[in-house]
Amino acid sequence: MAMHGMRGLSVFISDIRNCPNKDQERLRVDKELGNIRTRFKNEKGLTPYEKKKYVWKMLYIYMLGYDVDFGHMEAVSLISAPKYPEKQVGYIVTSCLLNENHDFLRLAINTVRNDIIGRNETFQCLALTMVGNIGGREFAESLAPDVQKLLLSSSCRPLVRKKAALCLLRLYRKNPDVVNVDGWADRMAQLLDERDLGVLTSSMSLLVALVANNHEAYWTCLPKCVKILERLARNQDVPQEYTYYGIPSPWLQVKTMRALQYFPAIEDPNTRRTLFEVLQRILMGTDVVKNVNKNNASHAVLFEALALVMHLDAEKEMMSQCVALLGKFIAVREPNIRYLGLENMTRMLMVTDVQDIIKRHQAQIITSLKDPDISIRRRALDLLYGMCDVTNAKDIVEEILQYLSTADFAMREELSLKAAILAEKFAPDLSWYVDVILQLIDKAGDFISDDIWFRVVQFVTNNEDLQPYAATKVKEYLEKPAVHETMVKVSAYILGEYSHLLSRRPGCSPKEIFSILHEKLPTVSTTTISILLSAYAKILMHTQPPDQELQNQIWAIFNKYESCIDAEIQQRAVEYFALSRKGAALMDILAEMPKFPERQSSLIKKAEDAEIDTAEQSAIKLRAQQQTSNALVVTDSRPANGTPPQVPVGQLSLVKVPSMISNEDHNSTDHALSHENGTLSKVDPQPPSADLLGDLLGPLAIEGPPGATVQSEHNAVSGMEGGPGAVDDVSAIVPIEEQENTVQPIGNIAERFHALCLKDSGVLYEDPHIQIGIKAEWRAHHGRLVLFLGNKNIAPLVSVQALILPPAHLKIELSLVPDTIPPRAQVQCPLEVANLRPSRDVAVLDFSYKFGANMVNVKLRLPAVLNKFLQPITVSAEEFFPQWRSLTGPPLKLQEVVRGVRPMPLPEMANLLHSFRIMTCPGLDPNPNNLVASTTFYSESTRAMLCLIRIETDPADRTQLRMTLGSGDPTLTFELKEFIKEQLISIPMAPRAPAPPAAALATPAATPTPQIPPNDPAALLAGLLG
Amino acid sequence: MIRFILLQNRQGKTRLAKYYVPLEDSEKHKVEYEVHRLVVNRDPKFTNFVEFRTHKVIYRRYAGLFFSLCVDITDNELAYLESIHLFVEILDHFFSNVCELDLVFNFHKVYLILDEFILAGELQETSKKAIIERMGELEKLE
Repeated sequence: MAMHGMRGLSVFISDIRNCPNKDQERLRVDKELGNIRTRFKNEKGLTPYEKKKYVWKMLYIYMLGYDVDFGHMEAVSLISAPKYPEKQVGYIVTSCLLNENHDFLRLAINTVRNDIIGRNETFQCLALTMVGNIGGREFAESLAPDVQKLLLSSSCRPLVRKKAALCLLRLYRKNPDVVNVDGWADRMAQLLDERDLGVLTSSMSLLVALVANNHEAYWTCLPKCVKILERLARNQDVPQEYTYYGIPSPWLQVKTMRALQYFPAIEDPNTRRTLFEVLQRILMGTDVVKNVNKNNASHAVLFEALALVMHLDAEKEMMSQCVALLGKFIAVREPNIRYLGLENMTRMLMVTDVQDIIKRHQAQIITSLKDPDISIRRRALDLLYGMCDVTNAKDIVEEILQYLSTADFAMREELSLKAAILAEKFAPDLSWYVDVILQLIDKAGDFISDDIWFRVVQFVTNNEDLQPYAATKVKEYLEKPAVHETMVKVSAYILGEYSHLLSRRPGCSPKEIFSILHEKLPTVSTTTISILLSAYAKILMHTQPPDQELQNQIWAIFNKYESCIDAEIQQRAVEYFALSRKGAALMDILAEMPKFPERQSSLIKKAEDAEIDTAEQSAIKLRAQQQTSNALVVTDSRPANGTPPQVPVGQLSLVKVPSMISNEDHNSTDHALSHENGTLSKVDPQPPSADLLGDLLGPLAIEGPPGATVQSEHNAVSGMEGGPGAVDDVSAIVPIEEQENTVQPIGNIAERFHALCLKDSGVLYEDPHIQIGIKAEWRAHHGRLVLFLGNKNIAPLVSVQALILPPAHLKIELSLVPDTIPPRAQVQCPLEVANLRPSRDVAVLDFSYKFGANMVNVKLRLPAVLNKFLQPITVSAEEFFPQWRSLTGPPLKLQEVVRGVRPMPLPEMANLLHSFRIMTCPGLDPNPNNLVASTTFYSESTRAMLCLIRIETDPADRTQLRMTLGSGDPTLTFELKEFIKEQLISIPMAPRAPAPPAAALATPAATPTPQIPPNDPAALLAGLLG
Repeated sequence: MIRFILLQNRQGKTRLAKYYVPLEDSEKHKVEYEVHRLVVNRDPKFTNFVEFRTHKVIYRRYAGLFFSLCVDITDNELAYLESIHLFVEILDHFFSNVCELDLVFNFHKVYLILDEFILAGELQETSKKAIIERMGELEKLE
């Protein structure tokens, strides 16, 4: 065939070929690029021939791998050339140099469109080809209808129409929203009647994309596809040029069967019968022949037929033929066929339940796992992975493990991931799972992602039986001479948490465990050092009785890393050092990690999410979404130990407490309670089950708001943030024996008390170990309180003691408080209160417990305060005034000018009184600046006694007022007056109060407020206001 | 669908590269380098399929030239393998007894032939006769 040479181009290519080395080649290329650049700059003298030649040279240079960062415009501009030779170069080079995102393409849209709608068939073809290869959104928007027209045009040659079909396919795949294919079903059906096999081949590709997207619309195409397939398979009316090694277009056969796989079923019995006859013919009539090309082509058709049979499924007889064929294929020597046999067996597992039949070939498949060709090994691994279930998991995983040591690097990661997933999904027992993962880490540590070792830690943490076993195992691995760093990580974590479970075994004392771990420290990276430091801290904590030598050793390490350049290590070192001197706090902060909430394995998720990027969604996947077969159910099954049903925390926690609070005012304790109720559980007669604990812990430490542990850790360490110097200071100031109160309360005790003065349930006290809730009911001068003592720990609280120090006016009986509160349990202690006479004195609860070696003691005010014995009453004018007048003066009626009142509008003051159960009586005082109120007070001595109150305010100065108060009992009059005065002056926990006033803050947290002598109101005022 | 087609010699020199997916230049160079490494050392007794990233490369070696097609993992491997051979037969017919040098000096023709054979990543025409005739028409227009 005649070669129309371009001399300049040939010379240039020869020059390049003759370059002795890469440097010379680059020089030649640079020279040519310089030349082209100069010529392009001076476009005037450039003939179309020269322009064409230079653009070809650019493409050649580009193909060699050099950057060509100019000349794109010249290439694009050639598209507009009037003559074919230049136009052709413009189109071809543009579609090689630019991609769909290139801005220059926009410049060509008009020309391209003109070429497409023009009369020049050659130009049409060039334009359709470029759009089909690199057309983007804008092309789709402006050209799709024109391309559709060309495809259907009866006046166009097949040449144009097949290009139009594929051009449209590109535009549709890229922008299905832009290409309007409504009503295209009929047109596609019409296209399938095409006799020209070139057009048919292109149209079939378009059909596959359309059907994959919406098979329902194209059902009329189904019988036509079957007809085409029949025509080809029976070799009827197929032009010689469309047979390939005697096989009627294998490509069209394959495409047609691909399209058929997107239809869920074939309803019409005739069509169905025809199709099955064709498929049967393909399955049975495909022989192995000597000619490679013929063999490949016929097997291309055969494998597509297998896929279609798998999809149509129903004919069980054919299915068994398929399995038999595949069984034959996976045993042949020809690598491509064996590869496809393995691949299609894996696909078959996804669509039908043939697990048992495939299992018969297990040995054969394992042979392929050791094939020298990585492609075959990968397919074998996939198949083994897919066919694995509880019955063969052990064998398959063992095979993978064995193969892992000799496998090439390219496969180790995949092998490890798959072995890890199988071990997790089908573990007959969990210790086997631990064995497998540790072996994996041992053999292929570099390929073990963090997900894998995180997962084994999760399993060990959540299964107590497994903990001693895992600890023993990792210790064995650590004792080996060369240990992978990932093994050090797992071991450090597990030994830190659980090595104390082994402490009685020989060689497993804390000191020995520590030294095994510490040996590894010099060889590991910073992330692992952090884990090691945590392990040391935990080992130290678990060492009972304390081992001074070990402690010194570990402290020395902490000391050393306090100045580490790695912030994480430094922080851990500083904090663990400080914590390890904190006694009881350490025990809780470093307590065993809580269980992990059960969740989908990130490994399995990773495997499922594996990105599959295909032009059309695969028919198998689509099918899997429509119906789940048995095989898929197996794949989806959860880890052997199952997911414990997730019980909402609210159901387990003390319902009454939060529910009663929720409709109260917006007090700051509300917030504290609402996220702490997860830790309050009802008293359980038996030790709570493991699952229950898991659920309770879930929101506390894993997923919920910063839980108690975190918070307390923060508190405990916060004092030492000044750096190493500050740590020394603190430890110097606080002698060891006085560390009794190292347990810090959570929340402000005074605020909690004041809040409880206004409402009847809530938290009285909380620290990292215990939460004390309270709930009260009041009737006349009697009260019934219930204390809820909730152990937040996973260890029991012992030596629990609760003493009531009642003031003289209250009679309080506390029922027996148990000596021990079991882990995570809550006990209720009822408390009977009787009010003997009016007094503002407060009862104190002296509460103590022991956690580990630490004794914790707190003194808490009980909210059995004066206003609890009030009962609001509204009195009419007729009742009020006679009473008021009968109280003539002191001591029954007292008047006082109160200064330093917190300024508030009158309604707010009324609300405040209401919150203390004192009722205002509007309308009794004509002056709108005055308030008149009444209440009934109950005590044994006074019985029910009416109290009348009048408050006169000064609108000009809201900081002062005059209060007059009268009742039938002088003590009551005085005490109530003082009580109200206290509330008006300092309202510690009033709603919306921005901050507690100084008096409340000054109150020592753990001791009752020092009682101001009731007989000295002036001193009280002076104290508060001074 | 075909993501890209590469013709490379044993040394890794690209003789033809056609991309049906938008890739940046740097990415193209990387792909060409990786695919060459992937196929060049494979034993002739191995399969003609090899995984490449999330796709599959179907390749075939003719003398010192490797023809590689990158396709979806769900695609029919043997059909694409034979499409490589069909393409080679077309080239062989067109250049009458094709050799690497023909492809080097007439790379622009190879692009032209390819555009008659594959479009939008799909086979457009499987008749050797139709393509050769079409090339004849185009040659006349030059």
